[in-house]
Amino acid sequence: MGRSFDVTSLPGVTFVAGLAFLALYAPIVTLVAYSFNDANAISVWGGFSFRWYEAAWANREVQSATARSLVIASAASVIATSVATMAALGTTRRAAFRGQTFIYVAINQPLMVPEIVTAVALLIVFASVKVATGYAGLGYLILAHSAFCIPFAYLPIRARLEGMDLSLETAAADLYANPWQTFRHVTLPLLAPGIVAGAMLAFVISLDDVVITEFVKSAGQDTLPTYMLGQMRRAITPEVNAISTALLGLTVALLTVFFLLTRKRG
Amino acid sequence: MTAPTAVEARNVVKAFGQGEVAVRALDDVSVGIRRGEFFTLLGPSGCGKTTLLRLIAGFEAPTSGTILLDGRDITADPPNRRPINTVFQSYALFPHLTVAENVGFGLRMQGKPRAEIGNVTARMLALVRLEALAGRRVAQLSGGQQQRVALARALAPQPRVLLLDEPLSALDLKLRKEMQIELKRLQHETGITFVFVTHDQEEALTMSDRIGVMSAGRILQIGPPREIYTRPANRFVASFIGETNFLPARHAGGRVTLEAGGELAVEGGPEGQVTVAVRPEQVRLVPPDEPGALRATIRNLVYFGTDTHCHLALADGTEVVARLQSSASDDPGLEPGQPAGLRFAPGAVQLLGD
Ligand SMILES: Nc1ncnc2c1ncn2[C@@H]1O[C@H](COP(=O)(O)OP(=O)(O)OP(=O)(O)O)[C@@H](O)[C@H]1O
Ligand SMILES: [Mg+2]
Repeated sequence: MGRSFDVTSLPGVTFVAGLAFLALYAPIVTLVAYSFNDANAISVWGGFSFRWYEAAWANREVQSATARSLVIASAASVIATSVATMAALGTTRRAAFRGQTFIYVAINQPLMVPEIVTAVALLIVFASVKVATGYAGLGYLILAHSAFCIPFAYLPIRARLEGMDLSLETAAADLYANPWQTFRHVTLPLLAPGIVAGAMLAFVISLDDVVITEFVKSAGQDTLPTYMLGQMRRAITPEVNAISTALLGLTVALLTVFFLLTRKRG
Repeated sequence: MTAPTAVEARNVVKAFGQGEVAVRALDDVSVGIRRGEFFTLLGPSGCGKTTLLRLIAGFEAPTSGTILLDGRDITADPPNRRPINTVFQSYALFPHLTVAENVGFGLRMQGKPRAEIGNVTARMLALVRLEALAGRRVAQLSGGQQQRVALARALAPQPRVLLLDEPLSALDLKLRKEMQIELKRLQHETGITFVFVTHDQEEALTMSDRIGVMSAGRILQIGPPREIYTRPANRFVASFIGETNFLPARHAGGRVTLEAGGELAVEGGPEGQVTVAVRPEQVRLVPPDEPGALRATIRNLVYFGTDTHCHLALADGTEVVARLQSSASDDPGLEPGQPAGLRFAPGAVQLLGD
């Protein structure tokens, strides 16, 4: 392997890679740094403080948007993960069937259709449902988030199922387990890390969504990202930096757990 | 008196795929395995051994034919309703359970009371000498230990028949020999019918009560090891089990004339164009001028310690191998190029029709 092609032997590769990382992370580092800024202006350093975190914490609107974001993300990730688990079982634990590829594409569709298109489509459908039923609660947002989170939950679950030794389920059947017992005592426990990973990914994706939420939400249904967007339109305060940094912290924590769960064992 | 049949395959055909690309993994297989017997399926890779086991276990349904257990048709029963357990080649131990939980799995699925599961598990772990490892995760075990857990797990529910698909092939030679003895002991102590799969002929000969030799989806011969070895039914069986010299010949009225020159006296066997089969250890070297001996020339000598393989050429160049036991006063003084006479031990010559 020593003599095989190695990109770092090309001139400038290391430099370009460094530049790319700088472009990716410099803004985030700046954001985090300025979230601890004591000044009122967003880009003048005025000393270290937790002032904007305190301001955000005390802000009623931030509180309710955060609560709403967490409710929607939790509900959407539970629904999306349940559906994704069933879909993953349905596509890996049965004989190959006609139209299988089509099913894969259909399940992963939200990854490919432009989000704005989905948003408009949902807006139209939900608007007519609203008129017909009079219901205007969080259900629409939860449903919309569940839908676009499904492929994100599906991918790690399916990967885990495909990596699972099929002979384990055969062995369970050999040892008198009926299909339900096989699922309950063998498939599910072995699938659990995939399910948790899928749920976390779905949670993070839902927490971060702006476009679809912006279109589907009713008045007074701001989530944290749409609240921030609204704030930016008016006056930019370092409070947004603090909220962003908190959101970043949560996301990094969840994604770390996700990677720990999905990395290869051994 | 022979024991009653435990498990039986009747005219079983298993085809994979359809039309042009169909593979007949099993082609009209019929075999009855007796209660309490150590039965071995022996055959080269791809001959259908695993497929036959999977049909008996119920993981696969036959294309046609029936599977019977104690005389009852179980062809339509799913695997979890068959009192037949399998030791998988890959062991297929449950990685999320401990050794004891693996062993108790079958009983737990059967809904046996907790106390009974505990007792049987302890007894099984003692049987395979793994008491000390009961609480371990299976990933922390060596290959040989995993093998024993797989055995204990399959034996715990006391199946009517135990199926073992090349259970020893992943072990190194020393461990393999130990496990061969262990398996025989377990079979003796439990009295359970074993159906054992291997492509190792020595393993089959040393362990089995009876052997079924398979090739290309068919069972060619069923019999005790001695019979399979000394009276192979055809050329495939003779060449697959042990080494054999094959000499083309004509057989008419009790006289066999070798194409390479020379005659043999043989009783019975097919007439016409035949193949003479004789094991290397049944070939004797005699002085070249001895009357009635076949004339040959020594080509090559290979020393193996316990014996020496002497490669000879008959008059027309046909090669014959003789296995000469090493004696205390070593070096029989043979040299390549020397002429030699050949005799075959009486009763050791087998005539095979083609
Ligand atoms: N699921 C399947 N689909 C298609 N063909 C199959 C399938 N299972 C087995 N076969 C074919 O059936 C034949 C017999 O396979 P089988 O696994 O029974 O052989 P085997 O005797 O166990 O071989 P080995 O010693 O290599 O394990 C082979 O030609 C194999 O390719
Ligand atoms: Mg096999």
